[in-house]
This record gives sequence, structure tokens and C-alpha cells, in this order.
Amino acid sequence: MDVKRRKFLKIAGISAIAGIGAPTAFSTLLKGEVNASSGGGHGEATEKSDAHAEEKVVGKQYGLVINTKKFGQIAGLAEKCTAACHAEHNVPDYGNPKDEIKWIWTESYNHAFQGKSDHKKNDALKNLPILVTCNHCANPPCVKACPTKATFKNKDGIVMMDYHRCIGCRFCMAACPYGARSFNWKNPRETYANGEMKFYPNGINKEFPTRMRGVVEKCNLCAKRIADGKLPSCVEACGDTKGIIFGDINDPNSEISQVLKNTFTIQRNPTTGTRPSVFYII
Amino acid sequence: MLEKALQGKHAYWGWILFLLGVISIGGIFYVFQYFNGLGVTGMSRDVSWGLYISQFTFLVGVAAGGVMLVLPYYVHDFKEFGKITILGEFMAIAAICMCLMFIIADLGQPLRALNVLLHPTPSSMLFWDMIVLNGYLFLNVLVGWVVLHSHYKDAPAPKWIKIFIWISIPWAISIHTVTAMLYCGLPGRHFWLTAILAPRFLASAFAAGPALLLLVALIMKKVANFDAGEKAIQKLTTIIAYAAILNFFFVGLEFFVAYYSELPGHTHTFDYLFFGSHGYDNLVGPMRFSAFIGIVATIMFLIPKCKQNTTLLPIMCIMIFLSLLIDKGLGFVLGGFVPNPLGAIVEYYPTIPELGIVAAIWAAGALILTILYKIVLSVEANKA
Repeated sequence: MDVKRRKFLKIAGISAIAGIGAPTAFSTLLKGEVNASSGGGHGEATEKSDAHAEEKVVGKQYGLVINTKKFGQIAGLAEKCTAACHAEHNVPDYGNPKDEIKWIWTESYNHAFQGKSDHKKNDALKNLPILVTCNHCANPPCVKACPTKATFKNKDGIVMMDYHRCIGCRFCMAACPYGARSFNWKNPRETYANGEMKFYPNGINKEFPTRMRGVVEKCNLCAKRIADGKLPSCVEACGDTKGIIFGDINDPNSEISQVLKNTFTIQRNPTTGTRPSVFYII
Repeated sequence: MLEKALQGKHAYWGWILFLLGVISIGGIFYVFQYFNGLGVTGMSRDVSWGLYISQFTFLVGVAAGGVMLVLPYYVHDFKEFGKITILGEFMAIAAICMCLMFIIADLGQPLRALNVLLHPTPSSMLFWDMIVLNGYLFLNVLVGWVVLHSHYKDAPAPKWIKIFIWISIPWAISIHTVTAMLYCGLPGRHFWLTAILAPRFLASAFAAGPALLLLVALIMKKVANFDAGEKAIQKLTTIIAYAAILNFFFVGLEFFVAYYSELPGHTHTFDYLFFGSHGYDNLVGPMRFSAFIGIVATIMFLIPKCKQNTTLLPIMCIMIFLSLLIDKGLGFVLGGFVPNPLGAIVEYYPTIPELGIVAAIWAAGALILTILYKIVLSVEANKA
């Protein structure tokens, strides 16, 4: 009898200790996850209730509004944006889709907007070039997935890559619901015998580093140009067309916020809860 | 005890040499990959994980399968497993070593692997996978070695080891659960985004792991005079049968959800894997073959006459193992990338260097397993 009682007390004691510890540990865990899990399954998680209040984004969140109408009207504008970006960031050209690296490129409406069909839609829509790129999500699954914090959100809300920390596990590529990430399957710095670079037929931009093989890369919303007080190169490539508007979507007085307020826009895959910062006028 | 691995007959050394040969050839391919990058594999921007990660996923299951011996033996005192429980633990060691090798083979920058420790990131499931896998490796090395060594010295196993044995049981569940979480927590991949993934992984693991173990035990009976015991073998067949039934039940549920709801995101990958989609069908043959041999073998495992037939039993084990290897070690991971986030279908074909590296890692696993089992056999032989 006595032995049983002692055993019971032991178990009860251990359970009590575990019981005290568990909720604290649990709430700490939850707190840490609050920012990461905001948005839930509801697309744009606006501050509708108090429960969501602490998820309110503070600080900057740079984003883009892409006016697809302009790209439909002005032939070659989308290609110009891609070319400007890829030249600016030394995006190598391997000449095959398997090794392809792309930061910003053109897709059709039904490819860019998964879950939205172009069935019985107007012809103009079917031919509309849609520029797609990293969405610099407010709640990026790639950042959550990265095991080394090699991809992270900077103070401007830009999802950045640290090419020197990336181990090349490609978990972020599996996690991104937009297919925005590319991997350096080969060495982009490879040269011919005469020293000429193989994958940069037009030379390289000395202002931006080339990458090494084995790391992931993607659009960085021209973080360096922004720091220098310039516009992102895709925005600059659009000139006065206003094809792409850039700015802080968390600043109510910014031009982009005014456009978002007054124009109907859509986002890619909002149901994934990532809260993308790239908006489209269709 | 290690010296036991160095005493063997010609056949033993021949087998070791064969494995070393495969490892060397694959090693050369790895050096080639190391200096040229992962571009030498068939992986692409759209199918960014290939055979390395899919084999890794399957082998985590084989490792977890060892618990199907540890649990009955230590928790339910099922004495008949006394001789083979150690085999389950050592199989887990070999499988985890293979998992770690597959991960390293898959890294674009393998020299930076320790960044996972330098910059620990609890939000990443890969971080947790690293912890549970290495923890499980440690537990099995410790438990297996201590228990075998006491047996060797004719002493009872020390009491403190019990704690580690008990920890190892939920830990085995955790390794495959966390591995499932690598996949089922990604918002953009419909095929992987299913809450039933971890249970499905575990069910397939508890069939595949014991099936491999039973096969090896039957081989050892032939070549090394090792008898696991008829009762233990029959119990293993029961475990395999139930686990395989659960696995196919779970797969059936996935099919129901996909094809009854007809949600495109759910049906698309199943279409691609089993029927072909828009002319792309390079996995249809293997997946149908996998389903066929898996279901046939499961039925055979339920028929006493088949289970007790010593010629059929190893074939049934091979069928179950192969079926689940194709299902999880090929279709599951590759299927998740089809269609890609932009709705396009890109197919993947492994390259020769990639297959060479895969073969080398399997050979390395077989080598670890052979050495460990050789030690077990020698210790047992000394007793007799």
C-alpha cells in the first residue's frame, strides 16, 4: 500500500511540475510565433478585431502596384523591366529552363493568378503580360522555413537573402507559393579560357555582387538602390508610364497607399495567408 | 566488441569489398558534384528537390520502424523479440546515417551545414528535424551498444539505460512526425498540405522498416545461421500487415478527399502521379506498380498460408518495401512539385552522377548495417 502511495505522490509531483512549466513554455512559443502566423487562412488579415490588434504591422512595408493595363498597352515594357533588373543584379543567363534564374518575369493571367480562371474571360485578359516577382510578403513562408535565417525581412519589409549564409537546402523554394526563388545550380562566375564570363554575355554590373553556386537568390526590391535614394530598377525602367508604382504601403500618405485606396487591385494567392506586398491593377 | 567486425569468412569480406566498391564509385561522383555544383543532378528551378531528399524522407521512416520492435519488447515484455530488437536499433542507426548523408549530398553549400547550429532558427522545421534525427541517432547508438555490451559481458543491462529506451520510443515517432512537418506546413503545396501526412508517414514506416528487418533476418538465417525464431517472425508479419493496411487506408482517404471534392489543387498531383496530366506521365508507371505490389503484398500478409511459406515471405517483404520506397521515396516528394506554383508541369529525371551518389549512400548504409549485425552475430555465436 505504502509503496503505491509513494509512487502516486512521485507521479503527481512530476505532473505538477510539468503542469507549471508547460503553459509558460507554451505561451512563450506562441508569442514568438504571433508575427509569423498572422494572417491565418483569411488572406488580408486586416485589424478587424482586438485579437488581431497585436499583429498590426509596425514600420515600413515597401511594395509595388503593377498596372497590368499599361503593360498590355505598351508592347515590350514588361521585357524592359526584366532586362533592367537582371542587368542591375547580375542575374546569369544559362540559356536553359532547368538552370534558369529569374527575379522578375512575365506570365499569363491564369498562371500568375492561381485559382483565378481565364475561362470565358475577355481576349485582352488572356494576352495580358503579368509581371511576377517576389511578393515581399508581410508573413513570408520562406523566412519561416529557412533554417539559418539566411533569408529574412529587413526593416523596410523587404525579404532579403544573405548569400554568404545560405546553405543551399532549398527549403525556401519549396515554401514559396509564388515560385519566386531561383537556385544557382551552376557556378555563375564560370569563365571561358580567355577569362570572359560564360553566363554574362553583356558583362557585369560592378555595383552589385555576382553570386556563387549553391545558393538561392531572388528579387530584393532593389534594397541597395533604395538605400541610395533611387527607385527600384523595374520601376525606373517604366519611366513616366506609371506601369509600376513603388512605395511604403504602411504609410497612408504615400503615393502607393493612395493608389491602393482609390483603385481596385488584386494580389497573387492571397488565400495562402502570406499577405503579399505586390498588388495588381487588372 | 568492434574487433568482431574484422573476423569473417570470404563471403563476408567479398560483400564488404563490393560495398566499398560501390561507395568508391559514388564517392567519385560526389567529388564531381562537389566541384561542379548541383547542376549535375536532374533537379531544376521547378523540381528543386529530387532523389536525395525523397530517399531521405523514406529512410527516416525505416529508422522510425525500429520502434516496432523496441516497443513490444521493452514495454510489453514480448520476450520473443529479445534476439532481434537489437537488430531494429542497429537498423535505425544505419538508416539515420543514410539520412544525414542524403541531406549533406543535397546541400548547395555543404561546408556551411553547421550554420544550422550557428544560427538556430526554431521557426524552421529543418532545424527541428536536425535535432530529432541526431538525437535519435545518439539514443540508438547508446542503447544498442550498452545493451549488447552487457550481453557480451554476461551482465544484466544497467538500470539507467531503461530511461533512454523509454525516451527512444516517443522519439522514434517524433522523427517521422517532424519529417512530415517539413512538408505539411507549406501553404503553397496542396499535395503536401494534409494533416494526415504524419500518420500516413508513420504507418508506411511501420510497414517498410519491419519488412526490411524481416528480410534481413531471413537472409541471415540462410547465410549466417541466425534464427530470429518463428514466433518473432510471425509477430513481425502481423505488424507489417496492420501497418500496411493503415497506410493504404490513409492513401485511400487522400484519394477520396481529392476526387470527391474535385478541388483542382487536390486532384492535380494525383492525376499527374497515377493517370498523367497534360501528357506528362513519367511517374505513372512506377506509382501504379507501387500501388499494385503494395496491395497484393498486404493481402498476402493477411493469408496464413503465405505468411508461413518460407519462399514467399521474403518476396512479400521485398514487395512491401519496394512499394513504399516508390510511394514515399519517389512519388511523394516529386509529386509535390507538380504543378509548380505557376501551374506549369516540369518533370524530373535523375542523372547518372545523381544515381551514383544515391547508390553509394545505400551501399554506405548497407556497410554500416553489415558491420553492426556482424558484431551482433559474433556476440550471439559466442554464447552458443
